[in-house]
Amino acid sequence: MPSVCFYFQVHQPYRLRRYSIFDTVHDYFDEIKNAEICRKVANKCYLPANQCIYDLIKLHEGRFRVSYALTGTVMDQFAAYTPEVIDSFKRLNDTGCVEFIAETYYHSLSFLYSRDEFKAQIKMHGDRIEKLFGQRGKVFRNTELIYNNEIAAAAAEMGYKAIICEGADHLLGYRSPNFIYRPPNADIKVLTKNYRLSDDIAFRFGNRGWTEWPLTAEKFAHWVNDANGCGYSINLFMDYETLGEHQWADTGIFDFLYHMPGEVMKHPHNNFKTPSEVVDTYDVSDVYDCHNLISWADTERDLSAWLGNAMQSNALQETYKLEAAVKAKGDEQLLSDWRRLQTSDHFYYMCTKYFADGDVHKYFNPYESPYDSYINFMNVLDNVQSRTK
Amino acid sequence: MLGWEFPPYISGGLGTACFGLTRAMSSLGHEITFVLPQSVEHDPNTSSHVKLKVPTPGQVARAERRRGITRLAEIEGLENVTFRTIPAELRPYDRPADDETISEIERQLLIHEKEIATEEILTQATESAAASAADAPTKVLDGGSAPKKQHYGGDMFSEVHRYARLAMEMALEEGFEVVHAHDWMTFPAGIAVAAATSRPLVVHVHSTEFDRSGEHVNQRIYDIERQGVHAATKVIAVSLLTKNLLVKRYGVAAEKIEVVYNAIDKNGGTYAEPPAAIRRDEKIVLFLGRITMQKGPEYFLAAAKMVLEHVPNTRFIMAGSGDMIRKSIEMAAELGIGQKVLFPGFLRGDDVAKVYKMADLYVMPSVSEPFGIAPLEAMSHDVPVIISKQSGVSEILTHVLKVDFWDIHEMANKIIAVLRHPPLQRTLKEHGTFEVRRLDWRTAAEGCVDVYGKAIAAWRGH
Repeated sequence: MPSVCFYFQVHQPYRLRRYSIFDTVHDYFDEIKNAEICRKVANKCYLPANQCIYDLIKLHEGRFRVSYALTGTVMDQFAAYTPEVIDSFKRLNDTGCVEFIAETYYHSLSFLYSRDEFKAQIKMHGDRIEKLFGQRGKVFRNTELIYNNEIAAAAAEMGYKAIICEGADHLLGYRSPNFIYRPPNADIKVLTKNYRLSDDIAFRFGNRGWTEWPLTAEKFAHWVNDANGCGYSINLFMDYETLGEHQWADTGIFDFLYHMPGEVMKHPHNNFKTPSEVVDTYDVSDVYDCHNLISWADTERDLSAWLGNAMQSNALQETYKLEAAVKAKGDEQLLSDWRRLQTSDHFYYMCTKYFADGDVHKYFNPYESPYDSYINFMNVLDNVQSRTK
Repeated sequence: MLGWEFPPYISGGLGTACFGLTRAMSSLGHEITFVLPQSVEHDPNTSSHVKLKVPTPGQVARAERRRGITRLAEIEGLENVTFRTIPAELRPYDRPADDETISEIERQLLIHEKEIATEEILTQATESAAASAADAPTKVLDGGSAPKKQHYGGDMFSEVHRYARLAMEMALEEGFEVVHAHDWMTFPAGIAVAAATSRPLVVHVHSTEFDRSGEHVNQRIYDIERQGVHAATKVIAVSLLTKNLLVKRYGVAAEKIEVVYNAIDKNGGTYAEPPAAIRRDEKIVLFLGRITMQKGPEYFLAAAKMVLEHVPNTRFIMAGSGDMIRKSIEMAAELGIGQKVLFPGFLRGDDVAKVYKMADLYVMPSVSEPFGIAPLEAMSHDVPVIISKQSGVSEILTHVLKVDFWDIHEMANKIIAVLRHPPLQRTLKEHGTFEVRRLDWRTAAEGCVDVYGKAIAAWRGH
């Protein structure tokens, strides 16, 4: 009787404009590019995907259910550039089959550097979601599924009943990610991502070299059925941009999405649940003990995509060093600018890990090189700092 | 193989490429007869990265009496290379007489004061390295002794043709399958040898007249280059940049051209020195190369001016000689940064290693650089580099900073960033060292051998 639990991450950063050391204006973000990307992704992904999900909810009369994590920066950009996307999320919300997940407003790494800032951003995010959709998240996820016991405890302390994280092999061992876990140190349920099935959709779907290509709804439903008796919930966690943007429409991703729930529910024991429903339905099976930080990024599932080199740790440290000065200044614009700089993408662009090989990191990178992105970021940060004086 | 400089006594350049290529080919088991325009001059201080045994003056004289035959097979790794020299007065980067040329004396006078200042800095660096104090050279600068004989004596073109005649005559005594000619000065020789011996000709383009002279090309040189690339069965270009230029400006069919990138020897010099414990508070930005139009010295200076407004405790070293040195010195003075820019002249051997040791950053602002081995040398000496996007080497390097040569704002922006942010410097160094290690001459040699195979096949089918 496995449930299928979808959680889609919806996020866009505020990309910086070219900012040289000789620039002095307090205008750091590339309005034109951000608007352009927001519109492009809205047309390729957000709008058609929302429509598809809406149709599925109607088709299955509420038995198809999903969850979303919308970052604050993407909601701000929708409001500014593509308000119709907000409307389509509201329409989804009105079906009662959609849950919104809590997270940091700025998709930041604040947990690692400032607990105050971390909490402030989660509250900001919660308020924004509540204002838009009238619900307050009960399940938390940290940026890029960065997770350890300490983060789970922090989420428990803030009253969340569950937290979402990567189902890392080295922590699960022989155990399945399809059960419900808890951290050793706090009263909160842990939902672990089934990365094999998630990545089959998110990364491998359109890959013609993959032995399972083409992935059909029937085949996927068959894999879901295989979990019957060996788990409660198959957690399919992925970027929403998978649909139509990472996997283009011509790969058949929307057809797959449209047919998959019907195929899954052909088996009478199968159903779809949101994260809250999963944890309300199923009990904890075992302890998920995570001391070192993990994430859902790359094959390493660690923090090296954001903290893998000296530039990244330096940029992060310098950013959070400004916290007290920025907050003491009492300048709302300054505070907002500084917070937008915290978005993890800025540090991801500085990653040198796979730079020479040209891969997924490059695809998402608006800069020619990680070095260029560091230089640009530090120039902006320098200007932000000058405003704190 | 027809070349004119071997072994290298300057950083970068054609000699370095010929040396690296032939040594790697030799180790792959290929036999090479390398025809040089003149006897090999050697100064034990210069070739720091390879053990060299050189012919005595007597040997050279005997060799030259025997119409220039000498063997340097004792050179480590060059067992399969036979050297033959022709007493022709070819200099690799010579230009036919040019109004811009200034006399050696005038140049020495102009840069004399700069040298004193630079010498102080170089000496300081030397002193900080206690280990090497014993053998620290007292005379650090020699104002460009390598190209000292670089007079534009005689008529270059007749030298080129004399070399061609002698090379052809010499070639008739040798057995070989392919003729490989490096750059325009040996192209007439290549054409003659290939025709006389009925062998395929491969010409290797390390630089073109457009790279060296911009739009003011010397028509005769261009004609020789054009003849060479058209007569060749196959053309080797040192980069895609050069390949495209050969297609566009010389009308060569793209499929006739193969790109073989240059490389660098593993160890960046034998000048072993423990890292200086005490860092001076002055930052040093290095330009190292010929100071000519092609290398973009004026963009370097314009950027330097902007950098100094942000990071005043910076020194700019422009090491090298060339026909724009006077202009550059004057320009530095006009910009009011004369005190901050040093012109140590042409550096060689240990001085090169030493200046890399001091440098916080190496900048190659070339207007047009077919390849550019010098940044690889800088990287192998652990110096972060900024290179112009108008360089062949930027096609294969990722852990460097790249700028358009004309974008002095961005150049200054990046220079400042490297000087101000040690983590940037560190990351560039860490990855750069690794990246540069992957570029070896063996790969380049294999590339050339592959081209020979294609040339031979095409020649037979012809």
